[in-house]
Amino acid sequence: MSDTTSSGPMLAADGTPLKTSLARALRRQKIRALALIAPLLLFVMITFIIPIATMLFRSVENQIVSATLPEATAALQAWDQTSGEAPSEDVFQALFFDLFKAAEAKEHTKLGTRLNYEQTGTSSLFRTSGRNLDDVGEEWQDPIEDIAPALEDGETWYAMMSGTGSNDLLEARRALWNDMVPDTFNGDVGLTLSDEIAGMLPLTAAAYSDWAIFEALEEERDISTRDPWEAVYAALGLDLRNPETVAAVNAYSGPHAEDLQLVTANLDQMPDLMFRDAFADLDEDWLDPEVWQTIKIYSPDYTSGYFLNAIDMEKGPDGAQMRPENQQIYITLFIRTLWMSLVITGSCILLGYPVAWLLANLPLRTANVLMILVLLPFWTSLLVRTSAWKVLLQQQGVINEILVWLGFVDDANRLILMNNATGTVIAMTHILLPFMILPLYSVMKTIPPSYLRAAKSLGATNWTAFWRVYFPQSVPGIGAGSILVFILSIGYYITPEIVGGTDGVFISNRIAYHISSSLNWGLAAALGTILLAVVLVLYWLYDRIVGIDNVKLGG
Amino acid sequence: MKKTKIVSAVSVLGLTAGLAHADGHMANDMTLVSWGGAYQQSQISAYTDPYTAMNDGVTVTWDESSAEAVAKLRAMNEAGNITWDVVDVVAADALRLCDEGLAMEIDADEQLAPAPDGTSAEDDFGDLLVGDCFIPQIVYSTTFGYRTDMVPEGVEAPNDICDVFDLETYPGMRALEKRPINNVEWALLCDGVAKEDVYDVLATEEGQEQALAKLDTIKDSVIWWSAGADTPQLLADGEVFIGSTYNGRLFAAIEEQGQPIGMMWDAQVFDLDGWIIPEGLPEDRLARALDFVYFATDTQRLADQAKYISYGPARLSSAPLVGQHATLGIDMAQHMPTDPENAKNTFLYNYEFWADYRDDIDAKFQAWLAQ
Repeated sequence: MSDTTSSGPMLAADGTPLKTSLARALRRQKIRALALIAPLLLFVMITFIIPIATMLFRSVENQIVSATLPEATAALQAWDQTSGEAPSEDVFQALFFDLFKAAEAKEHTKLGTRLNYEQTGTSSLFRTSGRNLDDVGEEWQDPIEDIAPALEDGETWYAMMSGTGSNDLLEARRALWNDMVPDTFNGDVGLTLSDEIAGMLPLTAAAYSDWAIFEALEEERDISTRDPWEAVYAALGLDLRNPETVAAVNAYSGPHAEDLQLVTANLDQMPDLMFRDAFADLDEDWLDPEVWQTIKIYSPDYTSGYFLNAIDMEKGPDGAQMRPENQQIYITLFIRTLWMSLVITGSCILLGYPVAWLLANLPLRTANVLMILVLLPFWTSLLVRTSAWKVLLQQQGVINEILVWLGFVDDANRLILMNNATGTVIAMTHILLPFMILPLYSVMKTIPPSYLRAAKSLGATNWTAFWRVYFPQSVPGIGAGSILVFILSIGYYITPEIVGGTDGVFISNRIAYHISSSLNWGLAAALGTILLAVVLVLYWLYDRIVGIDNVKLGG
Repeated sequence: MKKTKIVSAVSVLGLTAGLAHADGHMANDMTLVSWGGAYQQSQISAYTDPYTAMNDGVTVTWDESSAEAVAKLRAMNEAGNITWDVVDVVAADALRLCDEGLAMEIDADEQLAPAPDGTSAEDDFGDLLVGDCFIPQIVYSTTFGYRTDMVPEGVEAPNDICDVFDLETYPGMRALEKRPINNVEWALLCDGVAKEDVYDVLATEEGQEQALAKLDTIKDSVIWWSAGADTPQLLADGEVFIGSTYNGRLFAAIEEQGQPIGMMWDAQVFDLDGWIIPEGLPEDRLARALDFVYFATDTQRLADQAKYISYGPARLSSAPLVGQHATLGIDMAQHMPTDPENAKNTFLYNYEFWADYRDDIDAKFQAWLAQ
């Protein structure tokens, strides 16, 4: 002890301090252990943890709105959603250019589907409006092409817009495209915007860049000869509504200045169209403030909306509120799922305990035969077993037929044993029974029979001997079986779907519906996250009350 | 001489193929997705068997995933690995896939075969080209079958959609699909709403409540099904008196299995089933998929499928070619949902309406069911 203070640190055989040497040996051991489990860890991470985490992440993800309509959602922030009126012209103008781009990239229908989960009707609103935006752009394209025929040609446009400059605008527009459709618009566009024209005609330069990026990188066409979108003409028309711009154009002397000046000389032929009216013509729902409220509420990149939906609430203009009563379903389903899982666990204990006891106490040969009877259904396909229950339980099924034949039940009043909660409990108890019996059996196997005999020889009755001596020792088995059965049954969905009818279905049936049918993966993820959280909380409670150390899966 | 014949035959084949796509090497393996069962069998007999016989070396793999096709295609698209080449889906799903950018847009005149008399594919399919991505194959209907031996004595067999809601005249259980689509239309129709107003009424809160209130009158006597095979089974076991399902399932139960079931065609709802080609296939697989679809949706092929299953071909020009059932030898025309005798009162699934209202009305419907 005193060595360390008097003659420096204790040294190992090779002269290094013992502490360092030990740490090194331990580290090597740890690394070796880690290397041994690394393949499994990696496998679990890649195939289980990461996919589940990304799936759960969808419950808050909401970039689609601001990525598809970046400028409209930005302009919308200034709109007062309690005004009861649709937003002003500048929002509609931004919407036109955003939606035009989105429609070309066929992203607008995705957004329509997304928003339709919150506001009925947006799906077709976006679909039909996207289809007809060209007509709005043609309001400008036609007169511009009449006034300056040279502007009909893509070559003219390319020569007019090209020049020297920093190309900042093009890069900014490219970033917006990549927000909408990730990783699609990388590469050389083949266009250097003239700084002069970009400063003079900002909207036109932006719209032309949008078109050029899409045409060159997505459609892979030669932008120097292709004609631009109708939206570019609309942008030019809008730019020229500004008198200062008109003056600048008249003083301009770059390529094709004469064509632009032809247009400025004939501004009376340009439409005085307002986008607000144009959109109202496409679909009057665009003037519905509720549509805009939905867009504004869901414009942030992350949303609590899915979680609110998952607990029968919704995002209103004044924050979270309950959904109308005739749409509330999820809380009912959560409670039902938990309650029925408890009932199933309880009936598994009642049925499984005696069977496990028999298995543990019969002579080995008989016990093995019984064991096979327990395992046989375990090895049979879940669907087969559930369908078999259908045949047994239905009103014209085996059980009812026997009861009627025996006279216990009147032919006209056959028991309704399935397509309700009863059916789910019966079928699932049977299906999950082995998960209760097996841990119970392995725990009971370890209880020495001599304990019971000792209790009895000390004067206990059969009941006291069982209840005071045997049962407490089998509790860890009950605990293990209950956790298995309860957690498995919470996530079940095939059996409830087949025999559950309407009041025997679980929350997982709705999750399956949203995953495979309605494609509302965000809501499905939120429901799944809540279910996972509930299970973890219950597990924690169980640990606090019973203690997880008291769970045994075997000797 | 013989050699030139073969050569010219090959060049004719090449020509038809050339119509469907410009050029390029075609992949030899093709994964088709369908529904399984008798329907998929009819597609094998009518489409893929002749196709593989014509194209040496082409192998077809079937995947019975059409019921989850939309979700799976979305997952494949996100993973960037599309393993399917041609997918059989109902029109509503095709519209969804098209909206989501998961299905390829199709130009019917360019990419599908014209009718034998030269009518363009677009005119031949007519209104059935729902959305921009859908290639129609068959018209099927959701209609009712009833137990002929359970009709009460002295009452005529049900022949009106409202008989489903009439528990007094026709007691017994009913089987209805566990979703609002079709059920709410029928309910409104039997609650005094005129056929042409049904969707206008359904678009309102009150209309939706009215439909659910009407369904409420029979709620206790309904078994809700979610798989097309449920109703034929429930009818066969005598669990229900009357139930809705796809007409082909009822045809199989009646004609092939000889069950005592009768058809009630009143207010049957037409729906379409067809192909889509996933977006983002590599060029050689896309060429093969287009070539196959060009072949499999021509006039003769669609008519051939009706030999195996009682669904109507989607082309106008195929109707006159519908013949007899391949094994039963019965005339198929009268079992088609489109037969004039059966199609006196029909609905066409309203795709646009349900694309908008599906989530909303489904939420209310499920909440109502759970009450």
